[in-house]
Amino acid sequence: MAVRAAGQIAGICHLCRSSTLGSFRTLCRNVSSSKHTPSNAPETPVDHLIYTPEHFALKESIKKIIDQEINPHVDQWESEGKFPAHKVFKILGNAGILGVNKPVEYGGLGLDFSYSVAVSEELGNIRCGGIPMAIGVQTDMATPALARFGSDELKKEFLRPSILGDKVACLGVSEVGAGSDVSSIMTKAVRKGEEYVINGGKMWTTNGTQADWMCLLANTSDGPPHRNKSLICLPMSLPGVHIARQIDKMGMRSSDTAEVFFDDVRVPSKNVIGQEGMGFTYQMLQFQEERLWAVANTLTTMDLIIQETIDYTRQRKIFKMPVLHHQTVHFRLAELQTEVELLRSLLHRATALFIRGNDVTKLASMAKLKAGRLARELGDSCLQFWGGMGFTNDVLVSRFYRDSRLISIGGGADEVMLGIICKYMDTLPK
Amino acid sequence: MSGRVLVGVKRVIDYAVKIRVKPDHSGVVTEGVKHSMNPFCEIAVEEAVKMKEKKLIKEVVAVSCGPQQVQETIRTALAMGADRGIHVEVSAKEYESLGPLQVSKIMAALARKEEAQLVILGKQAIDGDCNQTGQMTAALLDWPQGTFASEVTLEGGHVKVVREIDGGLETIKITTPAVLTADLRLNTPRYATLPNIMKAKKKKIANMKPADLGVELASKLEVLRVDEPPQRQAGVKVESVDDLVGKLKEAGRI
Ligand SMILES: Cc1cc2nc3c(=O)[nH]c(=O)nc-3n(C[C@H](O)[C@H](O)[C@H](O)COP(=O)(O)OP(=O)(O)OC[C@H]3O[C@@H](n4cnc5c(N)ncnc54)[C@H](O)[C@@H]3O)c2cc1C
Ligand SMILES: Cc1cc2nc3c(=O)[nH]c(=O)nc-3n(C[C@H](O)[C@H](O)[C@H](O)COP(=O)(O)OP(=O)(O)OC[C@H]3O[C@@H](n4cnc5c(N)ncnc54)[C@H](O)[C@@H]3O)c2cc1C
Repeated sequence: MAVRAAGQIAGICHLCRSSTLGSFRTLCRNVSSSKHTPSNAPETPVDHLIYTPEHFALKESIKKIIDQEINPHVDQWESEGKFPAHKVFKILGNAGILGVNKPVEYGGLGLDFSYSVAVSEELGNIRCGGIPMAIGVQTDMATPALARFGSDELKKEFLRPSILGDKVACLGVSEVGAGSDVSSIMTKAVRKGEEYVINGGKMWTTNGTQADWMCLLANTSDGPPHRNKSLICLPMSLPGVHIARQIDKMGMRSSDTAEVFFDDVRVPSKNVIGQEGMGFTYQMLQFQEERLWAVANTLTTMDLIIQETIDYTRQRKIFKMPVLHHQTVHFRLAELQTEVELLRSLLHRATALFIRGNDVTKLASMAKLKAGRLARELGDSCLQFWGGMGFTNDVLVSRFYRDSRLISIGGGADEVMLGIICKYMDTLPK
Repeated sequence: MSGRVLVGVKRVIDYAVKIRVKPDHSGVVTEGVKHSMNPFCEIAVEEAVKMKEKKLIKEVVAVSCGPQQVQETIRTALAMGADRGIHVEVSAKEYESLGPLQVSKIMAALARKEEAQLVILGKQAIDGDCNQTGQMTAALLDWPQGTFASEVTLEGGHVKVVREIDGGLETIKITTPAVLTADLRLNTPRYATLPNIMKAKKKKIANMKPADLGVELASKLEVLRVDEPPQRQAGVKVESVDDLVGKLKEAGRI
């Protein structure tokens, strides 16, 4: 409970408007038993490697939105198995957060990728993994190909409203029989005159039960598997689109995950993004951003988990002393914080190189691999120090333990990352 | 629509940060600590920006007194919609003893210089909790004041202010130019949107020294010592109402 309160301080501050005389700060304190004390000096605008004062101003604004509009509701949305994507995305869209690196003509801000990284880092303050993931799908997975290669008409119909927060997007790549091996998808889009007729199904579709449109990867010919796929903007309201079920998951519970079937779905052929047959290539082009985004997102949460573990173990006394005072505890936390800082350095280095136009596939894959591994270690170690409390659903650490497990699986499993790194190291048996 | 509103914005330790007293008790630890705009100043900025949006005034000018870092706070005000900023530069050393009176002198001088129709400040800052700057500014200018405002209506040369007072609300009508201070209920400040953060980068912040305004910073106050508030003592549980009454009698409360 104490954990939940910390995230709500700001929200509450704007609600307690009953006192004219009391100190604002005391007011905030009184409603929350838990104090939020960052032990580390916060990163400041002075001489930051990749962030300007504008990045910091943006982060501050996002933090306020999270504290006031999102965190007070997270527990409820987690228990309901879904968050109201339209409501939350509209708030984010109004603040300009959903299109930082998207073209200005379609409501974006045309800024470089470092701003997306800043957004993602800040979204790590949301007290669950599901909502940031859903936002990431909208901003950095379902829309980059459309922004780069889509026609003006498609961008007006799908990109612009997604940036403004009026439409919720989802990404239909994975299928029951094709996750890590995207080339083996079975969904077919057969051209009939000015239309595609789509049959097949998608699995694991984040935002799937709420989305207005899907960025769909489908086979549009029988050619070689890397050149027969296309990305298609598919309105989810079309006849023949069936949401088969919402998948019950161990984590990411506030994010709805759907299994979707297509039964003779007819979509205009102009809805294809860029060139037919280029879908696989387009999808691969955004891997670097997707991976760096995922890494940035987990960093802040890892900081939070360490900090809350420090706060908890400092006040938890066993054998007449705080749990934190056992050397095994504070040394372990120091070790973990060190690893988090190393990962942050890798992220910022890869981002700095990327915005200068370099291919950072190797570094991005390494960062993604490390993020998944470290999150598992960190979640497990910290949860341990909470004792029985760590095993309950009242604390952020157990939610993180469940949510962050996905990092090693989704968006390219650890083994897929290792395969890519090996390719760059030229150690993969031919 | 001709007036200009001067808004004071103070950089304070962020409300979510636990304040620590310096080991030598000379003040509180500020280094490496997250700072942000005083929440009551945010409300003041919001009110001024709303007036501008309703075309009741022409320009919103955000003022902050302090060292270099207060420019961040001015930028926040610009991102919320203020038109330009004034940074009155006070060195870190001088800033330690800068109190409500010194700031009021600066605000009053600027209000005259800028021919402001309104000066809007927060009712207090969450660091010193002084609740004096607005009142002192009005006194120095010899302007009417509407403090603890929970509703403000600007009509021509008048402003109607609903004030939060002990036990209720008081409505007053004062002439402009005037000084207002914002209470918690006046409005809900907006978030600075990313587009506006980028636009704020291009807005101008003028730089000046108190001496340029003819203000002397010397303070007659000296801080002797700063201490943590006393720790709240643990409570006791009582078994029955009789026990409770007994305890209260013992403590001399009833
Ligand atoms: C909560 C959630 C949300 C998701 N959201 C989306 C979404 O919005 N859109 C979408 O398209 N997909 C989504 N996915 C799907 C996700 O991308 C896949 O789960 C992921 O790609 C792994 O595919 P798979 O589940 O089919 O596992 P498989 O491909 O069956 O892999 C199983 C395991 O095999 C091992 N493995 C894989 N490749 C190798 C290798 N080369 N060498 C050795 N071992 C290997 C790994 O351990 C891997 O975990 C989501 C998944 C989840 C769980
Ligand atoms: C699902 C569940 C069922 C349970 N069922 C029962 C039951 O039926 N009956 C019952 O009596 N109890 C039960 N328990 C309680 C359980 O035995 C305690 O949770 C356990 O003993 C740990 O105590 P704690 O939770 O108070 O953790 P704490 O004592 O607060 O310990 C927290 C953490 O401190 C660290 N730590 C502890 N000691 C040291 C040390 N010497 N050096 C360094 N680090 C240390 C460890 O990492 C530990 O995990 C249950 C708990 C759970 C979660």
